[in-house]
Amino acid sequence: MSEIRISQAQIQSDSDMAGGESGAQTAEHEVSAVRKFLMARGNSAIADRVFHGLMVLCALSIFLIVALILWLLIARSQLSWHTFGLKFFYRSFANPETGQSMYWDPVNDRFSAVPFVYGTLVTSFLALLFAVPLAVGVAVFLTEMCPRWLRGPLAFLTELLAAIPSVIYGLWAIFVLVPLLREHVNPVLIGALGWTGLFDNQNPTGLGFFASGVILAIMILPIVSSLTREVMTAVPHSQREAVLALGATRWEMIRMGVLRNARIGIVGAIILGLGRALGETMAVTMVIGNTAEVHRSLLANGSSMAAVIANEFTEAVSDMHLSALIEIGLALFIVTVIVNAFAQLMVWAVTRGTPSQVR
Amino acid sequence: MRALTDHAVTVLAILATLIVVTPLLVIFGYLVYKGASSLNVAFFTQTPKPVGETSGGMANAILGSALVLALASFIGVPIGIGGGVYLAEFGRGTKLANAVRFTADVLNGVPSIVMGLAAYSLVVIPQHHFSAFAGGVALGIMMIPTVCRTTEEMLLMVPHAVREAALGLGVPNWRSVLSISVKTASPGIITGCMLAFARVAGETAPLLFTALGNQFWSMNLNEPIAALPLQIYVYALSPYDDWHRLAWGGALVLIILIVLAVSLVRWVTSRGVLKGAS
Repeated sequence: MSEIRISQAQIQSDSDMAGGESGAQTAEHEVSAVRKFLMARGNSAIADRVFHGLMVLCALSIFLIVALILWLLIARSQLSWHTFGLKFFYRSFANPETGQSMYWDPVNDRFSAVPFVYGTLVTSFLALLFAVPLAVGVAVFLTEMCPRWLRGPLAFLTELLAAIPSVIYGLWAIFVLVPLLREHVNPVLIGALGWTGLFDNQNPTGLGFFASGVILAIMILPIVSSLTREVMTAVPHSQREAVLALGATRWEMIRMGVLRNARIGIVGAIILGLGRALGETMAVTMVIGNTAEVHRSLLANGSSMAAVIANEFTEAVSDMHLSALIEIGLALFIVTVIVNAFAQLMVWAVTRGTPSQVR
Repeated sequence: MRALTDHAVTVLAILATLIVVTPLLVIFGYLVYKGASSLNVAFFTQTPKPVGETSGGMANAILGSALVLALASFIGVPIGIGGGVYLAEFGRGTKLANAVRFTADVLNGVPSIVMGLAAYSLVVIPQHHFSAFAGGVALGIMMIPTVCRTTEEMLLMVPHAVREAALGLGVPNWRSVLSISVKTASPGIITGCMLAFARVAGETAPLLFTALGNQFWSMNLNEPIAALPLQIYVYALSPYDDWHRLAWGGALVLIILIVLAVSLVRWVTSRGVLKGAS
């Protein structure tokens, strides 16, 4: 019972924090009337208009940036696009000397993005697999179970986890995570699940898809959990009380009263996490192994779209190589914009009315 | 049975929280343990030594980072604040404002490496060489959405009565926005800028093929320049213990900067930014 009161107070203070937005709605009309009167007085009308125009320009520059990125990447990837077409994303080709099929051949200027798309998908999927249950668990704990004094520090800690730069995760992964996986985790996986073909013992380094998936999971956890928390807090309190009044236990209340109402937002949070995982560069580059190959085994080396750009861009000499890398970047840009827009809409659908935190 | 499930879920949730908090503590602990031993005066005053010679530092990388970040702030902060002012003061509830807010959030999720590619195409290709300037442009663009959204949020916290009071005194609208709204919210806006600053301070990917990195002192914005995260990346992948040591030191310096910024933001927002106003 005391629990409910606490979270009710929380909600109350949250809506106060919103700058009294709902209360401001009515006041806003009056303000704009006053503004109109003052602006019509003339002496400051020009300055006002100039100022207004400047601010609009700043706001519009955000559209401009998106358009500029799109245009630049399209313009610089023309060469590769005209040479390889759509096959760039799904076809391999035969090596002229050996006849074996291959994907990435900078020497002969022939490129295909297949291994990188594959690597990006596999690592992101692994990351979601590890991160989502944990993130939802943390969000449930923080919003519904956690004693109040612990809530602030824990939220702060997850926030810090989000603020650590990618390169530091990579550094830590190289010297701590990868040796740990190599010595202790991978042998167990090979022993227990080797028969599935997903874990073989060809790669003794500990680098590869699996290590990348684990570090990515750690990196996207904070954003998924903090968004899920936000969405769950936005569920009206009456829902919880109604379910509790029917005699539900706390878990049943969470399941029926909270999770069910927040599910669209939670899916949105997960997709937003996916967007982050898709484009994450440095940490993945440092632990994925960087080979342009497609392997079934999760313990094998590979590469991802972002990793190949980071790794080869400064060393690319031919125009075709550069162009192919930029085309991969363009694909990454378009995919992440779509994924993010989609996720944002889903989160907004649930938290509408409560202002979102800046991430 | 139902009670049992309830308890099981509680235990699971606590377990999940522990699993999430553990890596954070491990990463921090390891960072401090490894980093503290490699921080000394030389770290902050010397440039990297050739392989084989011990000691040496990252002074040029710290200076380079500072230069690039100053340039980035110069680009990102004014535009970001302007956008935020528009969202909070002029465009409230309009379709344009919603579209801008939406695009800013989407832009925030665009991978940093793509920003690097864009800056490369925009600055490096026309100039025909890598430069600190290109790095600044890449990071500056990345700062805009964050600054814009925090500014908006902070301005929304300014009570309406304050604005009405100013307008009631016959202050022109632009003065009221600048001297009343923005000024009241300025602690919040400044910390928002610091947050954006700290965030791009750790970015490596956009600098890889813009600022490129440099082993020597450089103050020239037109030339490749060293940057702390770049140096960490290069040293982490090198096979030399001495360079690994420097990488850990650099990582510790970066993380201290970032933790400070994040804590400050949290402190300011939880204390209520607008003490004088309400």
